[in-house]
Amino acid sequence: MFGLDKKDTGLLLIVAALVAFAPILLNPFPEGSALAQFNAGYPDLMQRFVIFGIFAIGFNILFGLTGYLSFGHAAFLGVGSYAGVWMLKLLTINVIPAIIMSTVVAGLFSILIGYISLRRSGIYFSILTLAFAQMSFALAASVLTPITGGETGLQTGLNDPRIFPEFLGGGATSGGNIPAPELFGLEMRASYELSVGGWLWTFNAGYYVCAIIMLVAFYISIRIFRSPFGMMLRAIKSNQRRLNYTGLNTKPYMLACFVISGMYAGLAGGLMVSMDPLAGAERMQWTASGEVVLMTILGGVGTLIGPVLGAGMIKYFENIFSKINDNLLHQWFAFMPDGMEDFVVAIIHPFIGKGWHLTLGLMFMLVVIFLPGGLVEGGQRLGSVFKRKKKADSSIHSSTAN
Amino acid sequence: MDQIILQVLNGLDKGSAYALIALGLTLIFGTLGVVNFAHGALFMLGAFCAVTLSRILTLSHTVIDESKKDFLGNPLKVEVPYIQDWFGEAAGATIIDWAVPLSILFAIPIMILIGVVMERGLIKHFYKRPHADQILVTFGLAIVIQEIVKYYFGANQIPTPAPEAFIGSFDFGMLIGRDPGAIIYPYWRIVYFLFSAVLIIAVFAFLQFTTFGMVVRAGMADRETVGLLGINIDRRFTIMFGIAAAVAGLAGVMYTPINSPNYHMGMDFLVISFVVVVVGGMGSLGGAVLAGFVLGILESFASLQAVIEALPGINQVVIYLVAIIILLTRPRGLLGRKGVMED
Repeated sequence: MFGLDKKDTGLLLIVAALVAFAPILLNPFPEGSALAQFNAGYPDLMQRFVIFGIFAIGFNILFGLTGYLSFGHAAFLGVGSYAGVWMLKLLTINVIPAIIMSTVVAGLFSILIGYISLRRSGIYFSILTLAFAQMSFALAASVLTPITGGETGLQTGLNDPRIFPEFLGGGATSGGNIPAPELFGLEMRASYELSVGGWLWTFNAGYYVCAIIMLVAFYISIRIFRSPFGMMLRAIKSNQRRLNYTGLNTKPYMLACFVISGMYAGLAGGLMVSMDPLAGAERMQWTASGEVVLMTILGGVGTLIGPVLGAGMIKYFENIFSKINDNLLHQWFAFMPDGMEDFVVAIIHPFIGKGWHLTLGLMFMLVVIFLPGGLVEGGQRLGSVFKRKKKADSSIHSSTAN
Repeated sequence: MDQIILQVLNGLDKGSAYALIALGLTLIFGTLGVVNFAHGALFMLGAFCAVTLSRILTLSHTVIDESKKDFLGNPLKVEVPYIQDWFGEAAGATIIDWAVPLSILFAIPIMILIGVVMERGLIKHFYKRPHADQILVTFGLAIVIQEIVKYYFGANQIPTPAPEAFIGSFDFGMLIGRDPGAIIYPYWRIVYFLFSAVLIIAVFAFLQFTTFGMVVRAGMADRETVGLLGINIDRRFTIMFGIAAAVAGLAGVMYTPINSPNYHMGMDFLVISFVVVVVGGMGSLGGAVLAGFVLGILESFASLQAVIEALPGINQVVIYLVAIIILLTRPRGLLGRKGVMED
């Protein structure tokens, strides 16, 4: 289907189903139960899952296929965000121009940065991209304040021109409120809540817009992975010098890959501001670039589904771990004897709440050390263990049968 | 003219910090071939060694002073550090005042120990892995170290003053025949510059004039051959890692009075230090030091009022701009050797 082979179609369909039913799947615990805080099915978090999923998919196209580790990818996300907000301010509150423009602007920006950075490889490439991103961050936070809003950030306001006609989302809304981003009248923050039994499911318009775009992005990334172009990128990863010796110019391929990856980041930025029309400079800081590296590594570099998994996992734990506090821990471990309970809580305490970065760092180190292929490799290993067991079982059976 | 001299001086202290961190990074890279993203965290740990020592020194107990009254008329409770009990009041106060310089002695063994443990416990297992993996695992380690420090010391800056003798400024202009008050420079920054100069010279002398240093240099040039000669080069490299950690730590210790330490100061310096290393030339010790000072001075020149007016924002980006230009025109950096991380 769609020019994919059976396996990839299956993967795409599974992801599509998961994404479509995420509001239900991510809310497995009934409202009001003790475990309800583990529910992730609220719009804001789900939007972040898919948006960062797009960001990580794009990063994976660069790092996973070519092995070029960019430490400045957040710059494209930031540039995309700014472009998106400007579209929302100048043209229309409809999100389509914002999303398209953020992708295009990030693409142009990545041509510029890629053209220079790709002249070097290895660690030099990492540092060049890092330098560019830090430069963009510093400029956005200081000198470019008229364009970027400086440290307070850029957001939509009441007096924005919005030159498009009213029915296309132009103009200020009546009632003097700042209009919310919408898609032909469908507000991004609009939600439909469905309550079944103890469960409360929220189907958010913005989430589904992001989700559809994410599926398209995922599909394109599968096509890139399976295309001759993707093959070429993999060849660059395994031995660039040999490719050069055979008379191939790898530069255009690398640049194309870098720009595609940058456009994914810009798209993520555009979606981010379409959901919440606010763009700040801190989005471009190198810690933000580090985050997408973490996501991709955690999920599995060079795999199709890995980055999405990693993005989801990091965003989920960021929310859940920071919500857990000592009182909650005491509740959970209440079954233990008193001294033991305090002891366990004291041990876990540094890893939760504000300390969740510590957990993240440790988790990340463990993955890099023991599981370089990330969660996907972990899953495969588990799978192969089970398979081997089955095979062993069946061979025993067959031998007894003989 | 006064402005120029002043900016050169201003650049020196920041430049020394860059140079020291970059020197440590290059030592690690040159010996072990590892790109250490946790080096900024080591700098930060050094700074927190100073904080810890000054906290230890000011550990105190409460004494009721009958001679003074508080506003309610009760005898005043006074916090007396144990140090003052042991060494007498004046000597104790002096020791507390000199906490930052004293931390040097405290930090050296701790930082060497941390460095050795880090190398043996973690980095040893990453020699054969790709550079990207090394970057990633040390990046993770940096996050972990940061968060641990944040957990124990909090997220706020912790002011750690210099000894009273060094508070105040030195009229440098008088010394070279300028008007008084034209070129004023804080004492502690002079101390910092001299200290780093001594430290840098010491590291170079150690590598140049001791047998140990000679073996290490030989190992940097050709590790395998040195190993074949029956020398345990791994152990020496481990020690060099410890020394590099100590250099970063000492840079951090002495930097505390200039900039109150907080848990992410290391990351801020790390990014720039990497740029410094690359500008200086990967694996070149002299290049790292040179580039550190050059970039530090350039940065302070770029923050001159006249320069900012001509090129707005230049003070924020000058280091990165220079790095980009250098990388594109002189791919090996200022003093880079051939064959080190060529691709």
